[in-house]
Amino acid sequence: MAEVALRRVVKMFEKTPAVRGIDLEIADKEFIVLVGPSGCGKSTTLRMIAGLEETTAGEIWIGGDLVNDVPPKDRDIAMVFQNYALYPHMTVFENMSFGLRLKRFPKSEIKARVEAAARILDITDLLDRRPKQLSGGQRQRVAMGRAIVRNPKVFLFDEPLSNLDAKLRVQMRTEIKKVHQKVMTTTVYVTHDQVEAMTLADRVVVMNQGRIDQIGTPHELYHAPKTKFVAGFIGSPAMNFVPATLEANAAALSVRLPNGIAFRVPEDRTERYRPFVGRPVLFGLRPEHITEPRGMLHPDQQVFDVALDVVEPMGMETMVYFVMDGAEVCGRVDPSSAREVGEKMRLVADLRHMHLIDPETEEVL
Amino acid sequence: MTAVTAGELGGLKPARRGSIQKSRRQALFWSYVFLVIFAIFFLTPPIYMLVTSLKSSGEISAVTNPWWVYQPTLENYVELLTQNQFLVFFRNSVVVSVTVVAITMLISVPAAFALSRMKFWGSATLATGVFLTYLIPETLLFIPLFKIFAFLRDVTGIEFINHWWILIILYPTLSVPFCTWIMIGYFASIPKELDEAALIDGAGYIQMLTKIFIPVALPGIIAATIFAFTVSWANFLYPLAFTTSADQLVLPVGIVTTLIKGDVYNWGQIMAGSLLCAAPPLIVYAFLMDYYIAGLTAGATKG
Repeated sequence: MAEVALRRVVKMFEKTPAVRGIDLEIADKEFIVLVGPSGCGKSTTLRMIAGLEETTAGEIWIGGDLVNDVPPKDRDIAMVFQNYALYPHMTVFENMSFGLRLKRFPKSEIKARVEAAARILDITDLLDRRPKQLSGGQRQRVAMGRAIVRNPKVFLFDEPLSNLDAKLRVQMRTEIKKVHQKVMTTTVYVTHDQVEAMTLADRVVVMNQGRIDQIGTPHELYHAPKTKFVAGFIGSPAMNFVPATLEANAAALSVRLPNGIAFRVPEDRTERYRPFVGRPVLFGLRPEHITEPRGMLHPDQQVFDVALDVVEPMGMETMVYFVMDGAEVCGRVDPSSAREVGEKMRLVADLRHMHLIDPETEEVL
Repeated sequence: MTAVTAGELGGLKPARRGSIQKSRRQALFWSYVFLVIFAIFFLTPPIYMLVTSLKSSGEISAVTNPWWVYQPTLENYVELLTQNQFLVFFRNSVVVSVTVVAITMLISVPAAFALSRMKFWGSATLATGVFLTYLIPETLLFIPLFKIFAFLRDVTGIEFINHWWILIILYPTLSVPFCTWIMIGYFASIPKELDEAALIDGAGYIQMLTKIFIPVALPGIIAATIFAFTVSWANFLYPLAFTTSADQLVLPVGIVTTLIKGDVYNWGQIMAGSLLCAAPPLIVYAFLMDYYIAGLTAGATKG
């Protein structure tokens, strides 16, 4: 059990920066997810914590020890790889016990540890099999088992579910969460899948171009993103962004879209937005906050009419797409209220959830 | 409408399957034609050797059907194995080949591991250099090597030329570069995550090599072993150039130099000797092929 700290960590590959100075404090027993698009530096960060990549600058601390110059085997960490990395010539038991055998643990203890881990992961029946006799999900369990038996200070997961099919991914996601609740080991988990990040993490670290854009609980990232990148990355379908201008009419503020529609800014935000009156902004609203009219409208909900371009029935809801001033906008409506493509539809924007973004700094105002 | 669709499908399906079967039949037909041609081409010499080795000298020189034995005899084999120095050549060949295979593997496997996995300054250039070494033909090398051994004799006083063991020094110059090169390729095909997992599990480089790489790359190591054995068993030029006394010869040169006297060719014994000479590599191949389990890495990573 240990806390992990990254202080101004930089990684350069030749002259290309992969990680541009990040600071991160991970508490003991915390489940942290690093999320971001390909090439954002999340895997490199994880590999630096593991000791598989050297840091170009900065410090990495695990359990109160500076580990910059400590080889992977002495960092007391365990890692689960995207493609499992099981030793093909060894049985599941041998795979799981490899690390313990290298450290010359007594045979009885190795057996006890492997069996305990196998019980947690429900792979007791597979201990005599070889990796090629296992399905993808079973292989991933074995890879996790190999990590658990070592009882390390920190678990590192490098996109462990990316190779699994959609159904198994959801199942294994739950398994990983259960395992963490059982063993309560500090965990750093890398993924590009924001759903995985939101469902697993105590805190999510959103990375972009080698920097941390925001660290927060899934709830914070969803409701109070700090940058346009985080706002657009978290949530599926992504948040809609429409260029607009902030206008003041008497005490109230409104966001005017070039096509003439003006959305009233909720009263509790007027003071926050007032310094930006007259400036171009990006108006951000998630698809789930653009719906068909449902019952009595709240004062901060506002109706508007659009012509639908694309209609995507998903079963429990229907995605409707339309264009507002050149920007494609998505709404989530009840299937029964959805119209056909080309038809007009009346929609409601729930402005209590709106965001305004400075187009220059891309920061949420 | 459903009925029509089903009818159309019913008509379409067999036609499509038929065309696939037809092209497959054609492909198989031509495969067999060429396989038979190549089999005949490559099996004719050994069969001719076998037929001739079972004939007496008289029958060999008689004007009869050369592809048939009228009075089969084992006298060539008996004479070869009892009266001649064939057994000395055989022993020399076995000792040289086994030692060379061992030396080659002891150098190639760690070298290939270092070149493919332990990235160090100049490792890529060195790997290419290893392969380039193999590209230099032995016909260009034997004269400079001869000079080197003469120089070493002058310096150390040890006579290298005309000893069978000099081949143990010479053959690795051919086998090590090539075996290293194929092992580099084989090790490169082992997923990087496997050594990273081993590193995190606490393995050092030696343990990584012995406990992970060698077992996983066994098919590649066997291929390299077969190559090293073939090179050292069948090489003709080096033993011809570096050994001369009858008791220092290895099989390929021994057979030719002792069974051809001036313009007298002892064809029966030459053929018998050549067949016996070809037997050990065949046995080695057959034995190792059983262990050559391709796809051993299946299951290591996503399959």
